[in-house]
Amino acid sequence: MNAPRDVAAPPAAMEAYFHDLAAVLDQSLAAGEAYTARFSAEASDFIRMNRGKVRQPGAVVQRYLAVELIVGARHASHLVSLTGDLAEDRAALRSIVSGLRAVVPDLDPDPHLMFATEIRPTRAARGGPLPPSEAIVDAVLGEASGLDLVGLYAGGAIHRGFANSFGQRNWHEATTYNLQWSLYHRDDKAVKSALSGFAWDERALARKMDEARALLAHVALPPRTLAPGKHRAYLAPAAMEEIAALLCWSGFSSRALETKQSSLSRMREGARLDPCVTITEATAEGVATAFQGDGFVRPPRVALVEGGELVGSLVSPRTAREFSLTANGANGDESPEALAMGGGALEARDALTALDTGLFIGNLHYLNYSDRPACRMTGMTRFATFWVEKGKIVAPLNVLRFDDTIYRMLGSNLEALTRDTELILESSTYSERALASMRLPGALLSELEFTL
Amino acid sequence: MPDADRFNPSDLPPLSLDADYWTLRRVDEVSQSYAVRKNVALPHFACTDRGAMATVYAGGGCGYAATGDLSPAGLAAALERAAALAHATARYAIFDSRTLPRPAPRGEYASPSLATPLRSRRDWYELLMTESRSAPADSRIVDWEASLDVLHATHRLFTSEGGDIVQRYRFLFPHMTVTAHADGVTQTRTLYGDRGICQQGGEEILERFAFVGAMRRLADEALELVAAPNCPSGTMDVLLMPDQMILQIHESIGHPLELDRILGDERNFAGQSFVTPDMFGSYRYGSPLLNITFDPTRGEELASYGWDDEGAVAERVHLIRNGILERPLGGATSQQRAGMPGTSNSRADGWNRPPIDRMANLNLEAGDATLDDMVAGIERGVMMETNCSWSIDDSRNKFQFGCERGRLIENGELGAVVKNPNYRGISANFWRSLKRVGDESTVRVLGSPHCGKGEPSQVIRVGHASPACVFTDVAVFGGEE
Repeated sequence: MNAPRDVAAPPAAMEAYFHDLAAVLDQSLAAGEAYTARFSAEASDFIRMNRGKVRQPGAVVQRYLAVELIVGARHASHLVSLTGDLAEDRAALRSIVSGLRAVVPDLDPDPHLMFATEIRPTRAARGGPLPPSEAIVDAVLGEASGLDLVGLYAGGAIHRGFANSFGQRNWHEATTYNLQWSLYHRDDKAVKSALSGFAWDERALARKMDEARALLAHVALPPRTLAPGKHRAYLAPAAMEEIAALLCWSGFSSRALETKQSSLSRMREGARLDPCVTITEATAEGVATAFQGDGFVRPPRVALVEGGELVGSLVSPRTAREFSLTANGANGDESPEALAMGGGALEARDALTALDTGLFIGNLHYLNYSDRPACRMTGMTRFATFWVEKGKIVAPLNVLRFDDTIYRMLGSNLEALTRDTELILESSTYSERALASMRLPGALLSELEFTL
Repeated sequence: MPDADRFNPSDLPPLSLDADYWTLRRVDEVSQSYAVRKNVALPHFACTDRGAMATVYAGGGCGYAATGDLSPAGLAAALERAAALAHATARYAIFDSRTLPRPAPRGEYASPSLATPLRSRRDWYELLMTESRSAPADSRIVDWEASLDVLHATHRLFTSEGGDIVQRYRFLFPHMTVTAHADGVTQTRTLYGDRGICQQGGEEILERFAFVGAMRRLADEALELVAAPNCPSGTMDVLLMPDQMILQIHESIGHPLELDRILGDERNFAGQSFVTPDMFGSYRYGSPLLNITFDPTRGEELASYGWDDEGAVAERVHLIRNGILERPLGGATSQQRAGMPGTSNSRADGWNRPPIDRMANLNLEAGDATLDDMVAGIERGVMMETNCSWSIDDSRNKFQFGCERGRLIENGELGAVVKNPNYRGISANFWRSLKRVGDESTVRVLGSPHCGKGEPSQVIRVGHASPACVFTDVAVFGGEE
């Protein structure tokens, strides 16, 4: 049997393979043509678990290249999956370029086309080899012996690259893992935990499992049902992640702001958050690539909210052209990939005391806008959410629906943010493992409106 | 690279798998995207995605490995990796794969009108540009777009027992949206929601939904909405049009009936279900007017097929009959685990994700009321159309949904347009308040191309056909004042 070629290639081999693909594109161009190319690949192990056992163990090796052919102001792109065999992939790319060359004349000149012509090479590599996923399963299920654990281990190498016909080459590789798991008491009463990073840390796993086991004892108390109404609430960083993620859905997009579709549009008309709220797109502090899809290198930081006021937004090259703005490293969706919210004065260990009586919300679930222009959002409590009296956990709460505006939650009703902020690596595995993160504090609210 | 039609497992090198059963699932998909926004054509985008997934049952375990390397050596390597994972994790396996069925289906499936060619790329752009230019020249119209995605797919499944099926699809996703803004108010209208129009077939799909000419109507409605009052608050009847009903069905019947949720697989991510195994056969899910079918055989509907991704033959079955819960949405693996009958709905969203229990086509069967009958029967209520907001708890019980457009109903007559119509309820009670079910004249066959679920996560195509329906005593409210 021939040696299998589509296994997890060593990082250096993958980078060389990407450069070979770019060389094929360089050689395929005719006079007057330019190209950009975005590369995305990963070799991932996915171990799905349920009830302390393995539900679905799997491995995925995938490589994609998005090629954009530019002729004057006309352009078209084609995303293609690759095999890993260079001879075969070279032929596929030549065919792709020929196909795009046939498409371009059918298109109108694009008045909003903008691509990088200044050569700005970057290279980043993080992480080393991970233990075999079989060994990680042994460790996780061993730590969770006797517990109803459900979750996913996702780990392996991730590669991103950019190339263009001007000679720019950017490379980003990271070997990471993200273990997301829940320990269930019964029904919907559970504690959710996560362990992620660049080097497998079995001691950290043991510590996190101990913390989850301790919290599970509180979850096992008789649950309480709270009547709808306004209550004091503390939102842990994992709950704040859900709120921030909803704001990332068009909130900071320049195009959405220019066309009045952003959930934060009213901040351009004077609405503001509490002065202690600071939000930044902090690429330098996250795990996102240093370059965006059109080849522009990202600034290390883009200020979005300062002193509670909207001071910036994310501008993609296309939006920059359309609305005569300055691009600032955003991808086409203009969504933060390294959102960082500044901390406040509250020590996290004092959060229950400061809450006194109210809800400790560990996690939120399935948020959406109930009135987008007003940035009113709704969602559910989930996992470790407790009723607290005099700074002590009294009972787990049955799930509640909140419905409130960001201007009250992080504005008039915001009492404090925790001093420490938590780095949360994005765990999304839709299509591919995400390279994004958030850094968030916990938030103490004088009241939050619950409706169901 | 050989395409799926020419692929033959006999090309594989000799395998030394220590396996009880294996499958190779090959997926080839080619798509084209056309869009015109504010009278400017967006960059043309195409996608070619090819790969295969090997699944191996071995020693009681079950492993998978996915690869874009479709050479015989690449496929053999994937089978060997899947076998290694199956063996390595067999002692932890939540079920014994030796008890699972080992199907050997053979046959072909094709989308309707697959052989009928579509118009040229230039003609698609001309059609979309004409629609875009029909938006009124009104400074309050701040954004608008007409688009179409066309996807051709060939899915092929081989099994070690001799199974060999090939399924060829063509999907169309036409979409239109208009946003108006005035005096601090922004309102958006879409044509049957975000990609709510999604079917198998050809250009007849656009005719079915009167795509041509819709931009002007949507723009007029968006302008009407920015000047409209907020939806009132209170407990009243709601008349939900099909482009909201599909969301209601999807979230509060479809997901809670997924057997893998009931078995707990999704508890760390998408959530569990308020439905428990003991409810099947006796639980009153809704009023006697509620009839829900799983139907992957309705040709034009988005998620129709001949076999699911484990090789189970597609069949139409009732999940809820006359309001009583009969069976869950569970494929062969989940059926074996739960010891109950299910459906042929084990599906993956591509070659790089494993099959899990999905909805496919989930439909609410038509009743006997005309739209006029339903309006006439409402003393005080709101007609709501086109979903724009959705949220539900992790047991799929407490929900809150919002629509793009509402119209008051008073004393049996349609009245003023209202903006931001929202309502909330609890699945376990809501369907019991189903008071009227529209007849065939009110049915629309819609769906969604992006239903998310699973670890690792997947976005899959689902179809929903529904008439308009009336529910009583619903908590209704509007936007922020």
